[in-house]
Amino acid sequence: MTDDKDVLRDVWFGRIPTCFTLYQDEITEREAEPYYLLLPRISYLTLVTDKVKKHFQKVMRQEEVNEIWFEYEGTPLKWHYPIGLLFDLHASNTALPWSITVHFKNFPEKDLLHCHSKDVIEAHFMACIKEADALKHKSQVINEMQKKDHKQLWMGLQNDKFEQFWAINRKLMEYPPEDSGFRYIPFRIYQATTERPFIQKLFRPIASGGQLHTLGDLLKDVCPSAITPEDGEKTTQVMIHGIEPMLETPLQWLSEHMSYPDNFLHISIIPRPTD
Amino acid sequence: MAEAEEQAPVSPQSEGRSGAGEEAPERTPESGASLGVGEPATSPAGSPGTEDPAGDAKKKIDVLLKAVGDTPIMKTKKWAVERTRTIQGLCDFIKKFLKLMASEQLFIYVNQSFAPSPDQEVGTLYEISRDITSYNLWKSSPSHACFGSDGKLVLHYCKSQAWG
Repeated sequence: MTDDKDVLRDVWFGRIPTCFTLYQDEITEREAEPYYLLLPRISYLTLVTDKVKKHFQKVMRQEEVNEIWFEYEGTPLKWHYPIGLLFDLHASNTALPWSITVHFKNFPEKDLLHCHSKDVIEAHFMACIKEADALKHKSQVINEMQKKDHKQLWMGLQNDKFEQFWAINRKLMEYPPEDSGFRYIPFRIYQATTERPFIQKLFRPIASGGQLHTLGDLLKDVCPSAITPEDGEKTTQVMIHGIEPMLETPLQWLSEHMSYPDNFLHISIIPRPTD
Repeated sequence: MAEAEEQAPVSPQSEGRSGAGEEAPERTPESGASLGVGEPATSPAGSPGTEDPAGDAKKKIDVLLKAVGDTPIMKTKKWAVERTRTIQGLCDFIKKFLKLMASEQLFIYVNQSFAPSPDQEVGTLYEISRDITSYNLWKSSPSHACFGSDGKLVLHYCKSQAWG
């Protein structure tokens, strides 16, 4: 893993230049200037937007301020998805900065979860890690950790401390030497064009014959529409962290290096631009 | 998420009356009931010997709901739930059933360990849980290993965080 440690850093420090603007119908006392921020791909919207909230609240009357939520081109952005996933899924191939609209009214109850405090984000984040470890190691690694290790994972993410996070997270990326990988790969596949929230299934990193399963194998099995037929024209893009990994990439390697801090591979399938 | 929001949340199986609230007849845990999604009262879900030839994809999943701590219990514990229903949808249903306020929090746990993502579909969760449960039971008490494969998804629900 030492050779590939640069990948972990590149994933960790990925940023998206973003321009926040207040929704036009929000009532302000004076004009609301847009607010620019570099968003960490691996984090969560409600975790890194305190400054955005403060900036817009300054120009609003206190009684007009309810729970903040974000929208991109009419789509409410789910704070419980990592930021990089939201961008890949909804805004790939668009001009930067990413233009996000800020709302303080009419919270879309059907689309978004409430997020009244950072504790809610922490609970969600830890739940994802636990689910991922249930898939990878039958929960053994996460259960053997101490409470302070769990806290360190969260604090590492919250404070953007790569070393602090990975000192613990590397244990979640190990597997017994007699195995060639995790029990199952924690992944979720999102499609911009469907109503289903995401595809998640049990999928092993190693085929029964012993060879490594690739990203292509996974897609063929659980989302065949994402795969281009041999002679056909490419109509989709398969994105993780803003890039299109080669479909020949072993899934086990992707899981160890390209997972989000929640230990899931969040894979976006989007229509290929036709320019 | 919350895709089945507009549909009748409860349709008990045999009595043909809706709303399994306080006045509903006592139900044995095994009698089962059908949750959600405009199913007629005669739904075969939950009753044995009605295997759907269309296969697993359409089959409902038996979900056993267990309260944790001081969270109120549900008289009907076992529900047949559509595979495509999300955890959020299930959560909203339990809240309505228990007459909780929409603003009150409700946490759902799998295998007494992790809280599934709100957008997770029940069918997916069942597959994952079955795999993990069968292993854990085998480990803790090999003689009861068959427990994990009896086709039920056991979920715990709680008004406060139970397994943080």
